[in-house]
Amino acid sequence: MITDTNVTLSRWPFRRLDAEETPVLVAQLRQAGVTQAWASSFDALLHRDIGSVNARLADECRRHGSGLLLPFGAVNPKLPDWQEDLRRCAEDFRMAGIRLYPNYHGYALADPVFTELLRLATGYRMAVQIAVSVEDVRTQHPLVRVPLVDLAPLPETVERIPEARVVVLNWWSALRGDKLRPFANATRIYFDIATVEGVEGIARLAERLPPGLILFGTNAPLFSLQSAVLKMQESGLAEATKRLIFETNASGITRRTQP
Amino acid sequence: MLHRRAFLGSAAAGLAYLAHGQQAKFRIWDIHCHLYNTPGDTPEKKMEVLIRCADRLGIERLILSQGYSSALHPTPDQLREENDRVMRAVRAFPDRAFGSVYLSPSHLEFSLAEFDRCVRDGPMVGVGELEADKRCNSPELDPIVERAIAMHAPIVQHTWMKADGNEPGESTPYDLVELAKRHPRANFICAHTGGDWERGIRILREAKNVLAEVAGLDPVSGVVEMAVRELGAERVVYGSDVGGRSFASQAAKVLGAGIPDSAKELVLGGNLRRLFAPALRAKGYPV
Repeated sequence: MITDTNVTLSRWPFRRLDAEETPVLVAQLRQAGVTQAWASSFDALLHRDIGSVNARLADECRRHGSGLLLPFGAVNPKLPDWQEDLRRCAEDFRMAGIRLYPNYHGYALADPVFTELLRLATGYRMAVQIAVSVEDVRTQHPLVRVPLVDLAPLPETVERIPEARVVVLNWWSALRGDKLRPFANATRIYFDIATVEGVEGIARLAERLPPGLILFGTNAPLFSLQSAVLKMQESGLAEATKRLIFETNASGITRRTQP
Repeated sequence: MLHRRAFLGSAAAGLAYLAHGQQAKFRIWDIHCHLYNTPGDTPEKKMEVLIRCADRLGIERLILSQGYSSALHPTPDQLREENDRVMRAVRAFPDRAFGSVYLSPSHLEFSLAEFDRCVRDGPMVGVGELEADKRCNSPELDPIVERAIAMHAPIVQHTWMKADGNEPGESTPYDLVELAKRHPRANFICAHTGGDWERGIRILREAKNVLAEVAGLDPVSGVVEMAVRELGAERVVYGSDVGGRSFASQAAKVLGAGIPDSAKELVLGGNLRRLFAPALRAKGYPV
């Protein structure tokens, strides 16, 4: 089994993508052997009516893929009554998790509202994904410049919420060099591989982070789905490590979080 | 347990299709490789790692440059040292790699002599990746380009157009097009296609002696498709920019592209073999 923890439905605002139609993306995922994909919506980046974004996401995941797609709704804690969006994700749509876009929604992880959101989501037994970026900041549209999320406050925040499970997506540029070190002991913060780079990049990441914290993720369809697949191949990982990254780590998160 | 095994088998089959089924069809040459950020304490050891990875992905040839350095302002001593490292790496795997000479227009006389040492009289077959503190439209590039034309050596020029501004002296595709127009007999490869590829490809349309290279930017869907559509498959080349990037993420842009296999064959290696053939044959290397 392979779980892709980082796919996104609907339209990327700045370019048409070959797999932006859900059935096409589902077919590509199946061809790659993916058996579960955690899906958010590009609409969540800029839309303010997050309630309808999440409703469409849940519906799209139900109509396509026969259970392949697991919806991860969005919550923007800078919107009024965001707690209701979270409640709907948990209770109405019974989502396993949510995906946050702090840089697009204008808050830092040091903001107390993030801690409150993480605490509430954890109370609903939901995993919380944080998209550090969606695209390379160097190539962003000049009118939509979005910085990387600063992850420095995250280990301490997660430490204060014992049952929290956090998945960090598209993070590579934000944690260069020693910046990754504080996360090696943060056992409930996981990292996807969509933006991990370098020769044998995943194998080298597994020397810096416990393999139990690394998740397969593609950032498809914005990224070519084959990128993450081929990076796993280039890295020459042991079978046991591959299994952790492809499946076991992710299923451990949903097992803990789903009711 | 049986169910789980069957599932894993199915997943493995899917991955195998993507990973092996596609690549095996193509002879893949990589125009943009460095020893930088690669494990190993010697050029030979680093090269072992690169070849190990290339083998896993079915990549046949690597074109190496710049050695361990990514310096924008290399001194003559640094240039010579890095070129020596590249030649050591290539010597260790002569059937798998070619060298490309690292020069700087800021040290013009030295660079011309270094070209002669490494290309005219040495084993190297190309120029670049050129990254220096002068933009590539500067006149100091002209004598280097003339030398390259004489030896049929293609020139790989670094380009970016960063949303928050380039480094001083960092070239853009506009600069490269200007240089290419001054030297219509030279063959240029626009490294990174300016990074901001949707603009970079448009800039390159008019310069027929410039090829777009897709290395060193995120594996976004659509870059290869647009380049092939706007420039023709004959003007697009695969490169990785290892060790800053992986072979895998960059090859995925081509292997996953919605273009015919005939176009992929050109982008993944056919164009490089055509471009480098005169220089390779002159040195008795296989193409």
